[in-house]
Amino acid sequence: MNDIIYLDNAASTKTDDKVLEAMKPYFLDTYAVATSEFAYSMGIEAREALNKARHVLADSLTASDEEIIFTSGSAESSNLALKGAARANEGKHIVISSIEDFPVLHSAKTLEQQGFDVTRVDVDQDGFVDMAQLKAAIRDDTVLASIQYANQEIGTVQDIEAIGDICKDRGVLFHTDATHAYTRMPLDVTKISVDLITLSGHTIHGPKGIGALYIRDGTAIDKLMDGGFQEFNKRGGMENIPGAIGFAKAVELITPEENQRLRKMRDSLIEKILAEVPDAVLNGSRERRLPQNANITFHRVEGESITLHLDMKGIAVSTGSACFSRSLEASHVILGIGGNHERAHGSVRFTFGRYNTRDEIDRVVHSVAEVVEKLREISPLKGE
Amino acid sequence: MKMPYSDKVIEYFKNPKNVGEMENPDGKAKEGSPACGDMVSLHIKVNDETKKIEDIKFMSYGCASNIATGSIITEMAKGKTIDEAKEITWEDAAEELGGLPKIKAHCSVLAVEALREAIRDYEERHGFAEEQEPTTVDVVRKRLRHVMNPLTGLDVVKTDLITDIDMENGTVIVTVDLPADHQFAAAIKEDVKEKIEPRWDIDKVNVTFTQKQT
Repeated sequence: MNDIIYLDNAASTKTDDKVLEAMKPYFLDTYAVATSEFAYSMGIEAREALNKARHVLADSLTASDEEIIFTSGSAESSNLALKGAARANEGKHIVISSIEDFPVLHSAKTLEQQGFDVTRVDVDQDGFVDMAQLKAAIRDDTVLASIQYANQEIGTVQDIEAIGDICKDRGVLFHTDATHAYTRMPLDVTKISVDLITLSGHTIHGPKGIGALYIRDGTAIDKLMDGGFQEFNKRGGMENIPGAIGFAKAVELITPEENQRLRKMRDSLIEKILAEVPDAVLNGSRERRLPQNANITFHRVEGESITLHLDMKGIAVSTGSACFSRSLEASHVILGIGGNHERAHGSVRFTFGRYNTRDEIDRVVHSVAEVVEKLREISPLKGE
Repeated sequence: MKMPYSDKVIEYFKNPKNVGEMENPDGKAKEGSPACGDMVSLHIKVNDETKKIEDIKFMSYGCASNIATGSIITEMAKGKTIDEAKEITWEDAAEELGGLPKIKAHCSVLAVEALREAIRDYEERHGFAEEQEPTTVDVVRKRLRHVMNPLTGLDVVKTDLITDIDMENGTVIVTVDLPADHQFAAAIKEDVKEKIEPRWDIDKVNVTFTQKQT
């Protein structure tokens, strides 16, 4: 399986060798936990390593170290942000967008069942949050608005600066899920009025099972995970020190040049597919989208059939088709941007990472064209 | 290479048999599931004397299990009489394919329904169809045998998921024994409506869920 072309980096990425190397000593040599810092020197070393990792993340956001807490991943971070903030602050109402990823979507649903009101703000055909609707949605009893930085499926990047200003103006907390945008797009908490940010390690060639939540100094949140007093008493449980070290290393390894390279590969793929495959449309914004994301609907064919054929050709991608989802429901993102079932049915997501090369693109475009043509031959739906 | 399907499913998915349409089919059907979005069209040529299916073609706008089931069912039906072909079930097709994932039941059952609909179309056109039967609770239950329970891969009637069927002035109320926010609630609801609503004497279908939200 060495020559596989992996284009599902939004689902997860290959851990960078350098990340793994950086983590190794914290499994084999410095295996103590930071809470043992007053018992023996290995505990101090562990504490120092954890602090260093925390500093790397804080620095990347221009935040202070105390504003970063490590979690088990983006799902936990978003759960903590929404439920923790909703319970710790006054108010009974939260606002989210209709295309949030499941941790935000389902945390909001849980809060709704516990008596909170939830407003789900619509997005336009490119996936941008309707600002007027967002403004109108905020009430006197609104605790928090949670609007993602960039979308997990269609890559649309929201104007979080403007959203942050609206929230600040109305005295409402602002959480953003930056799982897919972190390090790929600029993010500076001195420039953006954001109170809580979800971050994840495994989407940027770090290890799985590590994430972080930025909590602006002074923001009240209730602890969800009871345990010891770890993570400034905001998240109990033993620190995942190798994970934190790996996450920090992954952050350090991302460069503006790499992001530029991803952007070029993305553009080349989009241009070539749209030029060579008839009846294909791009989902999401052409301009304001993640550098690593392309999402295209191929009309009259079904996404799972495309992914399976591509898999047999050694190409790994993902689809928003209902056949592919565990709930048998079409992608709420594609439906959210006003697409019908058919648009979701044939949607394919291509997400690039560090190990993709420009040489792969032609093979992918060629294979996609071939597979779509083959499937259209057996489709009862006919083109114009 | 690891695959989510049996070798036979993959084989039929890669090289489907009997794909296409006919110029003048004796019977035809197009079945679609709004819940999963898949669609199957099926054409048959029937010998009026022997009532045997002499030729059969299908087309699929669907996932691998949909394509593979469409392909196998055309092979299974070819050469059979229409009465024999009507008896082919989803389970028969799945068995012939070496098994299908349960969650895929409702994408693949479409091909079975398309075959039955194409036969019914043939019978209607040739005056063999029975008179239009009024919808009763029993008829509804029979129709619901074509709605798959993705939890088990069996139909919702057999798996006791339907706790009540009520009828009043053209409105059918179907009660499903699941919480309204269940993973498959939306998919089952759409499938139920799809099976009952097209009936000539039914105006409306209400699907209710019994259990409290979790």
